[in-house]
Amino acid sequence: MLLTSALISGLGLGAMYGLIALGFHVTYSVSNTVNFAQGSAVMLGAVLGYTFMVTLGWPFWAAVPAALAGCALLGLVVERALVRPFVSRGSDSWLMATVAGGILLDNTVLFTFGKEPRSLPSPLASEPVSLFGAGVYPLQLVIPVVGIAIAVVLQLVFRRTRLGKVLLAVVQNRDAARLMGIDAKAVVATSFALAAVLAGIAGLLIAPLYSVHSEMGMLFGLKAFAVAILGGITSAPGVVIAGLLYGVIEALVTAYLGSTYTQIVVFSVIILALTLMPNGLLGRAAVNKV
Amino acid sequence: MTRILTSLTRRSILAAGIAAGLAWLPGGGALAADPIRIGLVAALSGQSAKSGEAITRGLSIAIDEINAAGGVLGRPLELVSRDDESNPGKGLLAARELVQRQGVVALIGGLDTPVSLAIVPFANDAKVPFIGPWAAGTPITRNGAAENYIFRVSAVDAYVGEALVEYAVDEYGAKKPGMILINNPWGESNEDALHHALETRGMATAGVEKFETNDVDVVPQLTRLKEAGADTLFMVANVAPSSQVVKSLDRMGWDVPIVSHWGPAGGRFTELAGPSGSRVHFIQTFVFTEDMSGRSAELMAKLKAKYPEIKTIADVTPATGIANAYDAMHLLAVAIGNAGSTDGPAIRQALYGIEEHEGLIKTYRKPFSPENQDALGPEDYVFSHFVEGKILPLGK
Repeated sequence: MLLTSALISGLGLGAMYGLIALGFHVTYSVSNTVNFAQGSAVMLGAVLGYTFMVTLGWPFWAAVPAALAGCALLGLVVERALVRPFVSRGSDSWLMATVAGGILLDNTVLFTFGKEPRSLPSPLASEPVSLFGAGVYPLQLVIPVVGIAIAVVLQLVFRRTRLGKVLLAVVQNRDAARLMGIDAKAVVATSFALAAVLAGIAGLLIAPLYSVHSEMGMLFGLKAFAVAILGGITSAPGVVIAGLLYGVIEALVTAYLGSTYTQIVVFSVIILALTLMPNGLLGRAAVNKV
Repeated sequence: MTRILTSLTRRSILAAGIAAGLAWLPGGGALAADPIRIGLVAALSGQSAKSGEAITRGLSIAIDEINAAGGVLGRPLELVSRDDESNPGKGLLAARELVQRQGVVALIGGLDTPVSLAIVPFANDAKVPFIGPWAAGTPITRNGAAENYIFRVSAVDAYVGEALVEYAVDEYGAKKPGMILINNPWGESNEDALHHALETRGMATAGVEKFETNDVDVVPQLTRLKEAGADTLFMVANVAPSSQVVKSLDRMGWDVPIVSHWGPAGGRFTELAGPSGSRVHFIQTFVFTEDMSGRSAELMAKLKAKYPEIKTIADVTPATGIANAYDAMHLLAVAIGNAGSTDGPAIRQALYGIEEHEGLIKTYRKPFSPENQDALGPEDYVFSHFVEGKILPLGK
């Protein structure tokens, strides 16, 4: 029972980390930059979902796309205001700018949404079902399925569709892509919007198991970045596998060694893994062209 | 000529304006004397802002009552508030500024034990009485100073540990309780207190598990406690993490009694934890009830009149913060009156000298002595639980 429940909660959380980390992967692949406000995008997805569904009483099918549209908008604003101005001048300050943007958003939400954590109810997280002797909410089983499905769809879009080919063209050679008439700026902006939407989906999925408040995303964002590095930020499957591994190791350590050791063991494992595989699980070595 | 006239007129208009403005200050019109300033250092923003709001409400109602009755030493009381943002450094700076610039004669503290602990040495050095209406950390009042200026009208972790163990044994016949504690200094302080209380009864614990404020799933920790044979759980955490414990227990289908510190009282526990939230029995020093009478009903009426956003007792959770602050301010006013002075050492001696005071929480009999600077003890704790958003006392 200990093993089953640890595996299920580990896979659920791991899929979330994977989704958020996929966002880091997408923008990094296209532009060599990431949005360190990914955690805040997780929070924004949940907060908007709560506002539309509970406060305004919108139906699920309207509230979820609206919340994700809000996240996409956040991604566009972050890219335009906090990343592009610095990158175009060859500065690395987008790093600090996106961190600052996240803090700004968290505090804005604190003052508008309120200080008290709220609960986003879901029919999938009210009655536990029994699975191999462990009680789980159906939502906990849905999360890894949705997470892996999104990763697979994303991979298919990249490989099989015109949009994906455009993205890959920019990844492979930005200048050549531009010469072929591809609007590289629009592609980068799209990747930031997509990254924020992935984080928003994670936020909406986790909210019913957790509580909705302005600081909920910070830790998810941090762990997801560790996952992205561990998986090899250039590899989508690597990032997703790393996310699942991270979640499962975290849950197993807590279950068998006790929560005191969780962070110590998990981060030791990450350091060890990166020492042995400096480019992450499935990442490729970066080649700096001068 | 015209110039002088205009400037004169301007000056007199300004003076009239200032006079009119002063008349609007609390008590400024009725009592001409200089107000006696009382400083508040509490969390007025951030996650714990509701605690600062509750303390402010309790203090304000008490000050209104005192000023309506003619003030203290013929002078009105005035509250000067500063936000500590739950940050010890900011709290200490605020306390300094209040004492040195604003000339407050006493300080009232907030919810955060670390902030209060940062102010303790300063208050003792400056010989300014500090009364804590919330933070429960044991070493705040038991600080080892030769001349201790720190008093408290609130729960104390050392007593809470005792009270939780007693409740678990009496109510549930607990033999092997487990602990599920938040991983921070507050959790540590209670771990010590609980261990101590268990040891004095010759009881052993099934295990101690820690969890983080942001943990989504506490099932692994709880499963460890279950497999170790825990028959009752002691819980110490704020409202959101406490609700994660309850939700995890729901999923496990583990129907174990939960005896808790007052964390769940700090927010919308029913909404976060679901109906199972009523399983959590936690301590309070004061609870408003539907059928209250006397002083509680009077206070509730005054709260509703002064703060229109208060409609039912669900809007004044946690009542503990309001009640502790209300009684603290009245005790302080009695002491200043008896001291006949706003001098710190005189107020401190007068606090020790209070023989009997009819308070809201109880009738205080010799509430403070140099041996015990805490006005409330374990006998004053009320076990309560949440039912549909309201904190209701449990019959005991």
